[in-house]
Amino acid sequence: METDPQAITRLLIDTLAANPRVTREITAETVIVDDLALDSLAVMNFVMEIEDRLDVSVPLDRLAEIRTIGDLAGCLAELAGQR
Amino acid sequence: MSASVLAKFAGLAEQRRVLLGGGRDPFGVVFEHALSATEAVVDGRKVTLFGSNNYLGLNHDPECLRAAAEAARSEGTGTTGSRIANGTYGLHAELEAELAAFFGRRSCMVFTTGYQANLGMLSVLAGKDDVLLLDADSHASIYDASRLSQAQVIRFRHNDPDDLDRRLRRIGEIPGSKLVVVEGIYSMLGDAAPLAEFVEVKRRAGAALLVDEAHSFGVLGEHGRGLAEAAGVEADVEFVVGTFSKSLGSIGGYCVSDAEGFDILRVACRPYMFTASAPPSVIASTRAALARIARDPGLRQRLWENARRFYGGLENTGFRLGPRVSPIVAARMPDVPTAVAFWNALLDRGIYVNLTLPPATPDGQPLLRCSVTASHEVAQIDAAVAGFAAVAAALRLSLAAPSPAAG
Ligand SMILES: Cc1ncc(COP(=O)(O)O)c(C=O)c1O
Repeated sequence: METDPQAITRLLIDTLAANPRVTREITAETVIVDDLALDSLAVMNFVMEIEDRLDVSVPLDRLAEIRTIGDLAGCLAELAGQR
Repeated sequence: MSASVLAKFAGLAEQRRVLLGGGRDPFGVVFEHALSATEAVVDGRKVTLFGSNNYLGLNHDPECLRAAAEAARSEGTGTTGSRIANGTYGLHAELEAELAAFFGRRSCMVFTTGYQANLGMLSVLAGKDDVLLLDADSHASIYDASRLSQAQVIRFRHNDPDDLDRRLRRIGEIPGSKLVVVEGIYSMLGDAAPLAEFVEVKRRAGAALLVDEAHSFGVLGEHGRGLAEAAGVEADVEFVVGTFSKSLGSIGGYCVSDAEGFDILRVACRPYMFTASAPPSVIASTRAALARIARDPGLRQRLWENARRFYGGLENTGFRLGPRVSPIVAARMPDVPTAVAFWNALLDRGIYVNLTLPPATPDGQPLLRCSVTASHEVAQIDAAVAGFAAVAAALRLSLAAPSPAAG
């Protein structure tokens, strides 16, 4: 299973780019809620898609602390590394 | 100073302005008078209520009214105190005993609202070393409770026991406990949890299960005990939470359980300890409503007849609805402007339903969420179905072809 933060960042960007609601360019610095105009539910649903790919569960209490795509990749990498 | 404090609501304020475009404020409706379980006055006109959660119509039941009035007269308008201080009256203790008996459980705690029952139970049961697992479509009170809890919080796909199973496996062995939370009937689409499958999964993982029967109490099960009764798995449900604000026609919440030592929670559960208890009138009418539900299964029967008639009527008209017949009937709308226009047009015709918008709805889709009660007359239901059809035609909403298998 993927544990490299950079590869996970790419996975996040590719997945978001395929979402028709997301129109702008995405980088590791993109702030998920503000820049992508996703509501809390849309963010949780997006994370669910990624969780299945990496075989991890991101606790909601951790998700609340995450701002950018890079933060999310770091968190996913850490959780995947613990497996 | 106040301007900068509220600056973060600019986006929300803009969304709200759009909603007001249809004429009324869908989240600011005033019922100038509540006339009966199925009628109220809005803008000086009588409207029929198809969005009340008042499943058994007991908020205008003569016996419940009498019990409330008598209790207010003899015991006062409010308790002016919390359950652990001066706010537990004989009435509260009796209602707890009666609810425990109704469910065949050892213990019951009564809270001042259903929201607080969830806030209290989830936060007190799931502590620092524990994991709370929530269905993705959980009610706001469950999400808010998870934030008050110190536990790790994991969300699983709606009504998906396999996804819960995967996530429980990922957690593996931990020193703390695991608590799974699902609802009996989901408040948006009226769908029920596959409870027997969830029970299998939670048993294998050694997790505990809490079911919020807010919308299923008095509605499902041979005796009205909810989905756990209907699914025949009550012995595997450690905690049942519910509310008085729907089928019981008042306000308040409860948790019943067989757990050993349950009563210690009365001095650990903050949303139980630090708010005033429900007033005597409320507790008295709730007791009368509970007694009525226990002795009159005909109420539930009428509710389901009405639910089938309304669901069937909208389905045959071509509306896209929730997955199964239920007292909650949700008509899916293609987009927010259509939903707002439809909602306003229904109210113009004297039909009140709930407008529900994402992110409160699943799948990011707006809904006209209707609820049926045992008190609706057949004529009111047929008129509402006709109203929906007329508004759909006026707005040129594309509907599915009418199903010939009507009946
Ligand atoms: C599933 C669910 N749980 C809890 C509640 C809260 O209940 P109450 O309105 O009594 O606070 C509601 C409804 O509002 C609900 O739909």
